[in-house]
Order: sequence, then structure tokens, then C-alpha cells
Amino acid sequence: MVPLSHVIWLSAALFTIGVIGALTRRNLIVILMSIELMLNAVNLSLVGFARVWGDLGGQVFVLMVIAVAAAEVAVGLGIVISLFRNRDSVNVEDVSLLKW
Amino acid sequence: MTASAVLFYLFGALALGSAIAMVLNVRNTVAAALSLVVTMIALAGVFVLLDAFLVGAIQIMVYAGAIVVLFLFVVMLLNLRTDLFPPGRSFLPKVLGVVAALCLLALLVPRIGAHLPAPALLPEGFGGFRTVGLALFTRYLLPLEVASLLLLAAIVGAVVLAKRRID
Repeated sequence: MVPLSHVIWLSAALFTIGVIGALTRRNLIVILMSIELMLNAVNLSLVGFARVWGDLGGQVFVLMVIAVAAAEVAVGLGIVISLFRNRDSVNVEDVSLLKW
Repeated sequence: MTASAVLFYLFGALALGSAIAMVLNVRNTVAAALSLVVTMIALAGVFVLLDAFLVGAIQIMVYAGAIVVLFLFVVMLLNLRTDLFPPGRSFLPKVLGVVAALCLLALLVPRIGAHLPAPALLPEGFGGFRTVGLALFTRYLLPLEVASLLLLAAIVGAVVLAKRRID
């Protein structure tokens, strides 16, 4: 097995890429995809720790995270569709009514 | 370097490269979703290399098979065009976002210490369908039931949200 620190490095790098995507992109669908990327980075470190300690709890937790991610995407894309119906746009700058 | 280490670095580089391609792709949302598929499949390979066989299979089935298809379906349903996003109207928020993310990385990196434990000796069948399934349906039964309830609520919520008119 590769050292655990390399797994955590990969996880941190993927998480940072996800944060960059969620903070800089304006397409609402791409922001949801970046959130999925962050959840997957956390899954990677959970699997790495489960392997190192030989504990199945980490893998069970990953399955829970996958279930929550699926629920989040279903509801998020439902919100995107109803937003597109009302505003004819998925640009987050067009829905900044609550900003300041 | 063993074959599994080579495969780990290969899949890791693939996941990183396609994740960067997804974030940088401002032209085409469909191509970004397909980059996300490549990231998910590479991560499934990494999971299998870390003895999480069931998680790797479910990663491919749920993420690459269901979630990204849902993304692609919505992108094609909304018929997104590139001219919805006029470029370069605000440059500063992007720079600030990248700086904030790199600050986060700088906070994370010193905590990846050198005192991480060595990998434990694994019991027979660790991470396979039988062991994870037994753990899910015995020790972690209550979280499983709560997750099923959450999925039911998400189905109802998605249908209500995407409906054209609530009767």
C-alpha cells in the first residue's frame, strides 16, 4: 500500500480544486459538480483511514456520504430546473437578490 | 515500486487532471460533466487499490452511472448556451476565490503529519461485499434506515421542486 500521507495529499488537492470550482464558477450546475468533487475527496480520505486502521466504519460512512450526495444532487437539480423556469438562467449572478 | 503503487499514482494523476479540466472548462457544461465521470472512475480505481471493493463498485454505479447522468440530463434539458455567461465582467472575485482555496490548502498541508500509522493487517475479505454488507445490516442498521428515509424525502422534494405547477 502507498503511504497514507500520499492518499491524504491527493484528497486535499482534490478538495482544493473543488473549492476553487465552487467559489469561482458562475454556472450553477458546475458549482454542484464541484461540491460533488469535494464530497469525493472526503470519501477518499475516509477510505484511506479505513484501510490503515482496518476498520469497516470508514467504508460504511462513505456509503452514507454517497447516499447523501445522491439526495443533494436530486434536490439541487430540481432547484436548478425551477430556477431556470422562473429566471431563464443558471447564472448565479442573476439570483443575487439576497446579497447584502 | 509495486504495481499497485504505480496504479495508485496513475489513477491519482488522472483524477487530478480531469478535476482541473472540469473546473477550467468554461465553454461546455457537457464536457465538464464528462470530465467529472473520468474523475469518479479514477477515484473508484483508487478505492479498489485501498481494499474498498464494494465502495469502488458503488462509486461507479451511483456516481458515474446515476449522478452524472442526472447532470447531463439537466444540462441537455435546459439547453445551456455559452452566451449566458459573459466573460470577464468581474475578475476580482475569481482571484479572491482561488486565494481563499489556496489558503485552505496551506492550512491542510501542515496537518498531514509524519506520524501517520502504518497500515494494519487486514482480516479476510475486508471491504468485500460480504463483510461490508454484514456491517451495514447489523452494526450500522440505524444509519442505513435513516439514509433510506433521507432518499425518500429527496425523491419527493425533487419531484415537487421540478414540477411545473403544484396542484
